Amino acid sequence: MTVIDAPRAQVPDELSPQRGRWHRVRPFLPLVALVVLAILPYSTMSLPGVFEGPVNSPGTLQLLAICLIFGGLAAGYDLLFGRTGMLSFGHALYFAAGVYGTDILITRAGLPLWQAGLLTITGGTILAALLGAVALRTVGIAFAMVTLAFAQVGAILVARDFGGLTGGEEGLPLDVSGLPAGLVGVTNTVNLYWLALAYLTLVVFVVHRVSGSPTGRVLAGLRDDERRIGVLGLDPYRYKLVAFTLAGGLASAGGVVYVLIVGGASPHITSSELTLSLLVMVVLGGPGTRWGPVLGGVLYMYLDHRLTAFGTSDAVDNLPAVLSRPLSQPLFVLGTVFILAVYFFPGGLTSLAPRLSHLTRALRPRPRR
Amino acid sequence: MGTVILLALTGLGLAALYFLVASGLSLVFGLADVLNFAHGLFLGVGAYGTWWAAGNLPGAGPDGFGFVIAVAFGVAAGTLVAILVELVLIRPLYSRTIEQVLVTVGLSLAGVALLQATWGADARPFPRPDWTRQVTGILGAQVPNGGLLLIIAAVLVLGAILAFLRWTRYGLVIRAGVENREMVTALGIDVRKAFTLVFAIGGAAAALAGALGGVYFGTVSPGQGGSLLIFAFIVVVIGGMGSVVGSAYAAVVVGLVQQFVNYYGTSGLGDICVVGLLAVVLLLRPQGIAGKVATA
Amino acid sequence: MNARSEPGLPAPQSRTEEPILSVEELSVRISGLHILQGVSFTVAPTGVTVLLGRNGVGKTTTLRAIVGLTPPAGEVRGTIRMGAQSLLARPTHRLVRGGLGYVPEDRCVFAGLTVAENLRLAERRGTTPAYDKVFALFPELDRRGRQRAGSLSGGQQQMLAIGRVLLNDNRLLLVDEPTKGLAPKVVTEVAEVLERVAESVPVLLVEQNLAVVRRLARDAVVLAAGKVAWTGDAHELLLETALTKSLLGVGSAEVSTPSARSELASPAVARKDQL
Repeated sequence: MTVIDAPRAQVPDELSPQRGRWHRVRPFLPLVALVVLAILPYSTMSLPGVFEGPVNSPGTLQLLAICLIFGGLAAGYDLLFGRTGMLSFGHALYFAAGVYGTDILITRAGLPLWQAGLLTITGGTILAALLGAVALRTVGIAFAMVTLAFAQVGAILVARDFGGLTGGEEGLPLDVSGLPAGLVGVTNTVNLYWLALAYLTLVVFVVHRVSGSPTGRVLAGLRDDERRIGVLGLDPYRYKLVAFTLAGGLASAGGVVYVLIVGGASPHITSSELTLSLLVMVVLGGPGTRWGPVLGGVLYMYLDHRLTAFGTSDAVDNLPAVLSRPLSQPLFVLGTVFILAVYFFPGGLTSLAPRLSHLTRALRPRPRR
Repeated sequence: MGTVILLALTGLGLAALYFLVASGLSLVFGLADVLNFAHGLFLGVGAYGTWWAAGNLPGAGPDGFGFVIAVAFGVAAGTLVAILVELVLIRPLYSRTIEQVLVTVGLSLAGVALLQATWGADARPFPRPDWTRQVTGILGAQVPNGGLLLIIAAVLVLGAILAFLRWTRYGLVIRAGVENREMVTALGIDVRKAFTLVFAIGGAAAALAGALGGVYFGTVSPGQGGSLLIFAFIVVVIGGMGSVVGSAYAAVVVGLVQQFVNYYGTSGLGDICVVGLLAVVLLLRPQGIAGKVATA
Repeated sequence: MNARSEPGLPAPQSRTEEPILSVEELSVRISGLHILQGVSFTVAPTGVTVLLGRNGVGKTTTLRAIVGLTPPAGEVRGTIRMGAQSLLARPTHRLVRGGLGYVPEDRCVFAGLTVAENLRLAERRGTTPAYDKVFALFPELDRRGRQRAGSLSGGQQQMLAIGRVLLNDNRLLLVDEPTKGLAPKVVTEVAEVLERVAESVPVLLVEQNLAVVRRLARDAVVLAAGKVAWTGDAHELLLETALTKSLLGVGSAEVSTPSARSELASPAVARKDQL
């Protein structure tokens, strides 16, 4: 008998009063960001400490592409958590279905990429619809447990390597021989980067459109108070199933792009830890906001990769063991930051911006009249 | 016949492990509505506490009475961590269910990483008395003693928890609180004290599971708690949230199904059957075998 | 006091005695819904004050706000005082120990516990529970001590819910719809009990059954649309048929109010309100 109170949605930034020119520029910022991200690979700039090589080096581009994918995944997951109030602990399953589905269809069945991708996304969506239909018979914490259990089946299927399809613990490297030439090889990493950017744009667009639609308003209503939706004569179950299926489909599409970027599938993407990290990303970024989950996803993946390097750096190694050992574990740092975030900035990163602007306004000398 | 007995008893050993983890989860969830992802951490602390004490604590050791002291130390450490988690992290977020779950999620990630940072990611051999490595012949089956130890411990814990719930004032408060927490406070009782208590009980049981699981498997690793936790969640849902007896029944069913199907079917099929069982139970009886309704 | 004085209404009587409970500008918002919008009234130190109004108007929300059981998503503003003491923002168990007895809607006995255990739960350290008093009022509870509360009839459960509150001394009782869903004969029994209880402790009662109101109530507070629409002498209210009908949706001639009850959206709604 749990009534889950998902974090309340933030007031969209567009609605909060802003001053002057900034206000007029703001709506175009996403577009500007998109253009900057799109032309980023042409830059040879080096950012020591931020990235290991120049921005357009394959290593950096691959890292950025992975960050973008997870930005998209987090935005899709937010459709469930932040916008509908559903606490799913099994979202990794649909992502993994995308990764392994594509990989198996290409590597084992020899299908061309477009067929494999299409089949996988369709399959992932159907899978989400079927499992969602069962899981949504429960609500709240029980729903969380059931989705977790379903995702565990995926993890077991992958790990036990039934029929020799998944490669078990070893993972399954992608057979690139049949892929379009433009997506293969280190020199073509930039194309994969653009693909990841396209995926992120797609997810943000879809989530934005859905949450602005009448369906989205029903979903927001479900998050705030499911009873009211029921009283209005709408069936919460169907709306939740739609959101669950859509989010599952988006996640499996992310898997299709991800398998191309990393060139194979490995069992760790089926772990419950991945779903938990999705939750961390969304909460860190700001659930129910347009850009919060994207930011959270990008930042989390970036930190996850960079903290490993940071942990083995001299600066950390020189610290006493009590400090250096935990700091060399990215998950320790991220988990701790996450707990602090839940306590001290529950609205996530996006809630920091208004607070900071309060602060700067308070610090700024009063305008003379 | 011997195979069936062996499978049944090893299945029960597994069930005992699940029960030790699930009983605390179920009580914590039933009373406080907290889905405690950090429960696996209590198990890890219990296992590493025992492991550490057997090597370093004066008087403790891998054998005889020293081993009892080592296990007691591990259980005490797990209990202490559980109490601290409740007081420091859970209590300030009283009644904010989602935030509480999020905090336990963060804690499970950070806690396991901390164990890994301190003792490494690889499994370490667990100190255990020699007799636990041996087998006992029961009706023609050679049953590992470590498994029998787990079964005995689980039965004792079940008895102790039930007696506590049945005969003590706090047990009464917990039983009432699982049914309707709000009404307990409306009778003038500070139900948060009971929260700390169920965390302590759950932490102790999980830590014991960690210590005895270490004996059973022969190794200890940071991720051990996490994988057990998922099946413990399944046990809790099947058994019915908040019901200790339901958890016991469900643990037995899950343990036996897993062991038998994994043996007679393909390895891994048993695990999948368990999740199938969960789906069936939820479709037919959303409140589980016994306990709170899970759907409202 | 009178929020909306309609012409022809009797002016609210001013009583000289100090009220036991005073609620001022109480406002409750739960997940965006502004349920109470500045409710003010007082409860006299003796007798029964009845809180009336159509369904969904916020009667239960008012009682729960007084006893500190507004859900965490809710926001409460205003002042609530019992005597000189402010009640707002104090935890429920403290309020109850301070002498605020609460008998909730739908009784909320612990179905899995025995009758004796239900009563034992209400015992407090350092005080002697008044079992004599409770068993004198409800001899049935003594006889059925070992029975599970869930297997009691609705009327017996109501007796248990009232009985466990009476084990301790109270300065004020909040009783929410004690006759809801009970058979007419049992309604009378419950009313009798409440009448006896009210001789020694003031009661703030939410009640739909106007026959019970007529029998018990001294003062009435009527809520409409999240505000106080009328306060004053309960019997004067019941004499004004037209007024009663406009405020409560029923004529005072109607003894029971099944029609009003059917307005409840669904049982599920009522249940979830208590979470």
